[in-house]
Amino acid sequence: MKRFFAIFMARNLEFIRDKATFIWTLLLPAFLIFGFAFAFSGTNNAVYKIGTVGEKPAGKAFLSYRHLQFISYPSGEEALNKLKHHQVDMVLDFDAGNYYINNDDTNGYIAEKLLASDLDLKLKRKTVTGTVIRYIDWFVPGVIGMNIMFSCLMGVGFVIVRYRKNGVLKRFKATPLRSIEFITAQLISRFLIVIFTSIVIYTGTNIFLHFEMSGSYTDLFLVTSLAILCHISLGLLFSTRFKSEEVAGGIINIVIWPMMFLSGIFFSLEGTPPAMQVASRLFPITHFIEAARKIMLDGAGLSGVTVSILVLTAATIIFLVASAVLFKWE
Amino acid sequence: MEPLLKVRNLVKHYGKVKAVDDISFIVREGMCFGLLGPNGAGKTTTIEVMESIHKADSGEILYKGKKIDRKFKEQVGIQFQNTALQEFLTVRETLVLFSRLYTRHRPLDEIIKICSLDEIINRDNQKLSGGQRQRMLLGIAMISDPQILFLDEPTTGLDPQARRYFWKVIEDIKKENKTIILTTHYMDEAEYLCEEIVIMDRGKILESGEPKALLQKHFGGAVISLPEKDVNGGLDLDCTPVHKDGYLKIQCHDTDRTIQELIRKGIPLNGISVEKPNLDDLFIKLTGSSLDAVRNGTGGDDR
Repeated sequence: MKRFFAIFMARNLEFIRDKATFIWTLLLPAFLIFGFAFAFSGTNNAVYKIGTVGEKPAGKAFLSYRHLQFISYPSGEEALNKLKHHQVDMVLDFDAGNYYINNDDTNGYIAEKLLASDLDLKLKRKTVTGTVIRYIDWFVPGVIGMNIMFSCLMGVGFVIVRYRKNGVLKRFKATPLRSIEFITAQLISRFLIVIFTSIVIYTGTNIFLHFEMSGSYTDLFLVTSLAILCHISLGLLFSTRFKSEEVAGGIINIVIWPMMFLSGIFFSLEGTPPAMQVASRLFPITHFIEAARKIMLDGAGLSGVTVSILVLTAATIIFLVASAVLFKWE
Repeated sequence: MEPLLKVRNLVKHYGKVKAVDDISFIVREGMCFGLLGPNGAGKTTTIEVMESIHKADSGEILYKGKKIDRKFKEQVGIQFQNTALQEFLTVRETLVLFSRLYTRHRPLDEIIKICSLDEIINRDNQKLSGGQRQRMLLGIAMISDPQILFLDEPTTGLDPQARRYFWKVIEDIKKENKTIILTTHYMDEAEYLCEEIVIMDRGKILESGEPKALLQKHFGGAVISLPEKDVNGGLDLDCTPVHKDGYLKIQCHDTDRTIQELIRKGIPLNGISVEKPNLDDLFIKLTGSSLDAVRNGTGGDDR
């Protein structure tokens, strides 16, 4: 344990004193959040979004009004969930013979007046309640995920390759330090750094932007912790053999950039080609973002994100075991 | 008495290159043992196999008569030829870090005193001069109070003043009866510090023994140097002169006879110098070329 703590403390000091990296680690995600919050703060009310469930009846005037966008949902539950979060303005459930509006949504009021103008369309009025989900609420789990991805893969993978290249690892190899002690110290140190920066970023930006949090902070913390461990393990796996920062950096980038665009950080994968959706499932970060959004936006508990937890746990174990087997000091 | 370290029939390849070619030697306790040779001689490979950094292809290293195991790392301190340390740590923090990697360690104050680190102890370890950095690395090597100290070209790249200062530190450490294994391509360094040496070239041992005894064995008399331009025609000598840096170096047993031959040939004596032979001269004799020529010719790191 003495050796583990020595390496752990040294790595923490190294990170904290590397002011440029430390500040950038905190500032980049914060900039992204504020930037996107600003960019998407305006609401485009030119089009009212109407969710539909079941087959639309023919010849109804309301269904052909201009400036209304109709989005079909396979189930009433899913459509109502969107309505609760103001992601649609009204839901027409043709199977049940009901229409739903959100009492807290002003757009729903207008949409209801338009519906009333079509005397042929007879549906029973039902209401739901729920707060609005802004783009920034939806985006925040993605930014936390992105921060985890970069900090873990670059902060562990890249750093250990640099240690190997410049001889730090060789120097440690000459001591009684065991590789498992070194790897564990790197893992725990980076874990604390990333969990700390994630909390600072979330809390700091939440003061100004007041994110939606429907679920439990404890559940979010647990899922975030698991995602961090998973990505540190992946970073360790990249660092096991390479001696060139250029090669390691190139390979890490090959993994990071598809994850950036295919894991749903910036936009929803709903409606994307099936092949892209399948590819996105291969990335651990997709499972974290999905679980975090379910907890934060839909109020899901851990049982609601079981699949994501299982995938992240299995990936962590596989990456860690492979790293321990493949690791070389030189 | 059982030697502290015994190297037996050591062979190490890097791909098709044979870096160490079936070498054997012993290191006795309490001595400063020098591995000498130019870049590419195989010194670093030999020392790193002895340190358990690399595995030998064949042969063995015995420590107190037994094969070395994990515990050996507690007994040795190592100063590598090229090394880097974790950044953003002070010299003190770096020493503390390494002290915690060993079961037992020397008090920090002693290390600071031995290696003259008091003035730089709170300085960032990346902001040291060459000599200060080497002293800090020596401090790291000494932190576990090792029985054996491996120093791989510790003064390469240092200015003459820093080298001399480093030698003084090594001399102080020698007084503690530590066994020091030193690699160097500075023959004067080996002559000054080492009780026994091994001269290596191209992975093989050319000669080994005590420096004075080796010089006695190979040179009965002095080394006579004279400008090449002063020599016209052949000389009737009982040895073969060597050309180095525009000078002819004559290392014959009978110095009087050599001088008489030079006078007979009408060579002006004002350009002649008579020197006591040193290990550099021995290297020239053993390899047919000077250490500088080999060093400059091969370049790059030692294997």
